[in-house]
Amino acid sequence: MDTFIQQLINGLTLGCVYAVVALGYTMVYGIIQLINFAHGEVVMIGAMVAYTVLTMLAASGLPPVFIVALAVFAAVPVCMAVGYSMERVAYRPLRRAPRLAPLITAIGISMILQHVALIIWSRNNLSFPQLIPLTTYHLGSSETSATITNVQVGIILTSIAMMAALLALVYKTRMGIAMRATSQNPQVAGLMGININQVISFTFMVGAALGAIAGVMVGTYYGIANYTMGFILGLKAFSAAVLGGIGNLGGAVLGGILIGLIEAFGAGYMGDLTNVCFLNSFLPGFANLCESNANGSLFGSNYKDVYAFIVLILVLVFKPSGLLGERVGDRA
Amino acid sequence: MINSANPKLKWIGVALIAIALVALPFVLAQAGTAWVRITNFAILFILLSLGLNIVVGFAGLLDLGYIAFYAVGAYVYALLASPHFGLHLPWWMILPIGAFVACIFGVLLGAPTLKLRGDYLAIVTLGFGEIIRIFMNNLSEPINITNGPKGITTIDPVKFMGLDFGNATRIGEFMLSGTIKYYFFLLAVLLIVIVINFRLQNSRIGRAWEAIREDEMAARAMGINTTRMKLLAFAMGASFGGIAGGMFSAIQGFISPESFVLTESVMVLAMVVLGGMGNIWGVVLGAVLLSFVPELLRYTVTPAQNALFGRQIIEAEVLRMLLFGLAMVVMMLYRPAGLLPSAIRQRELARKDEE
Repeated sequence: MDTFIQQLINGLTLGCVYAVVALGYTMVYGIIQLINFAHGEVVMIGAMVAYTVLTMLAASGLPPVFIVALAVFAAVPVCMAVGYSMERVAYRPLRRAPRLAPLITAIGISMILQHVALIIWSRNNLSFPQLIPLTTYHLGSSETSATITNVQVGIILTSIAMMAALLALVYKTRMGIAMRATSQNPQVAGLMGININQVISFTFMVGAALGAIAGVMVGTYYGIANYTMGFILGLKAFSAAVLGGIGNLGGAVLGGILIGLIEAFGAGYMGDLTNVCFLNSFLPGFANLCESNANGSLFGSNYKDVYAFIVLILVLVFKPSGLLGERVGDRA
Repeated sequence: MINSANPKLKWIGVALIAIALVALPFVLAQAGTAWVRITNFAILFILLSLGLNIVVGFAGLLDLGYIAFYAVGAYVYALLASPHFGLHLPWWMILPIGAFVACIFGVLLGAPTLKLRGDYLAIVTLGFGEIIRIFMNNLSEPINITNGPKGITTIDPVKFMGLDFGNATRIGEFMLSGTIKYYFFLLAVLLIVIVINFRLQNSRIGRAWEAIREDEMAARAMGINTTRMKLLAFAMGASFGGIAGGMFSAIQGFISPESFVLTESVMVLAMVVLGGMGNIWGVVLGAVLLSFVPELLRYTVTPAQNALFGRQIIEAEVLRMLLFGLAMVVMMLYRPAGLLPSAIRQRELARKDEE
């Protein structure tokens, strides 16, 4: 039971990060029906900028929480600038082009961002300085009970705050109305006096800002950043967005949390479930393997990156519209 | 194929190209065997680009994990012709097996996604490329299938009519190195693949792909089974990738998951985009350019940086990837049809002039 609660907490933390990244995908998709492949790279750049600020100020003696806040305040505008220029340079000129064109520029932009980051921050794994001392809280009386750290609590709370802020933005402000109008019908929205280009730029920037904060969270949670980290993270977040129903904000949150949980439980239990000796007890053919390597399992935790992808395939086969989404046709 | 008013001139041209292609490795060998190897890899990349061109260029489906099929082909070859399992099948058996296995993977991946919008295919293939790599890295436990990150070594070279392609052969006074033999082997495969590609393009299937690429709805209205045609394009592209992978294994003699990363998929895509999606000669040109230019960069950028700044600021490898990324963005923005636009577009333009 303790393991279960522990994986639940880990999964929830991861899921919150995925949800925030997935929101970036789903917002852009909702408004211009484009999968922004380079969104994962925006998250990576957010983490990298935060890393630079954190290492620069680590020895300054400022209060740690203040330094982390500064890192976020540095990462957000940088990522917003990246998001804005990306849309301006690579997507806007191709809005009326065949579908293939923006997808190809997206992957090109993604490559460029990765390698620019490589030049600036080197190809090594950068380890985040541990500014805030890690405090662990036990969720029970015994020593073996599940634990939650202050970083995990921080990530979960920040994510919830950001999701709430985003919902408020989309449903309570004039800009939100403009965004929803544009996503429903850009031409008519334009006729109603909405500056479409401005709304689309704004959407990209909000998505990038969310990505930046997600980058800081991932960096502090895992403690490392790398120029290729955005790729697999982006893939998982995209799977989350599809699982929830792409274009749907609530769906992205739900999908993100589900993907996080699936990954945590997959990593936590698949190893035991596919242990060769365990399989040997009811399947033929595993006897030799069990004898030679009792701890071996078919799918250990090193397969944790695979689960999100399997979920993506299953969703596309059985319910392409996602859990909360509307019908996905061949053409939107 | 080659437009020329005078058929005689055309044949003279073809003969000259043939002579040049035969002489090429011997000329390059004078500059160093490394250049012959680079040429061999360029041909492999042309093969890959032609395979991807079927998917992206002909049918208009974006495959971002194409290298996974190359990896499947390479691993099939390596497992069936190396001491790893003690199997030593001949190459002419393994290459079709590799193509078939890659094709199966293509169908498995394409079947659920091809019914949906093209974007999904792109992201699923992107993920698939990464997943295949994770499996190759981890399938050494508890049963050792792929030997994990260490890869598979001492893969059998191609043997053909008593010639061992792994070593040099003496023919009279003349030494024929293994690399040069592989050059001719690859060249032969390339010619076959190019002919197949032209036949495909002009066939009923090729026209159906083109129709799907231009307007899927209209194509369906014309009675084309779009899902099946797209699946066919995807599977066919995958099997070409599998064949190229098998040859890569044989030439290299060693493979590991390191050779099949995302950037390789992006490189192949950049070649197709640069040359001109859907135009066979354009794709060949794109692959040749993007194979040789980075090599030239490797030889010039590092010394140039050392001379200018006294140290290396940007590695040639990084510069190469930046170049690939830029090539894709710039081509899409300013010349979406590629350096050599496909004949269809030219025909369309010509027709407008007549009107």
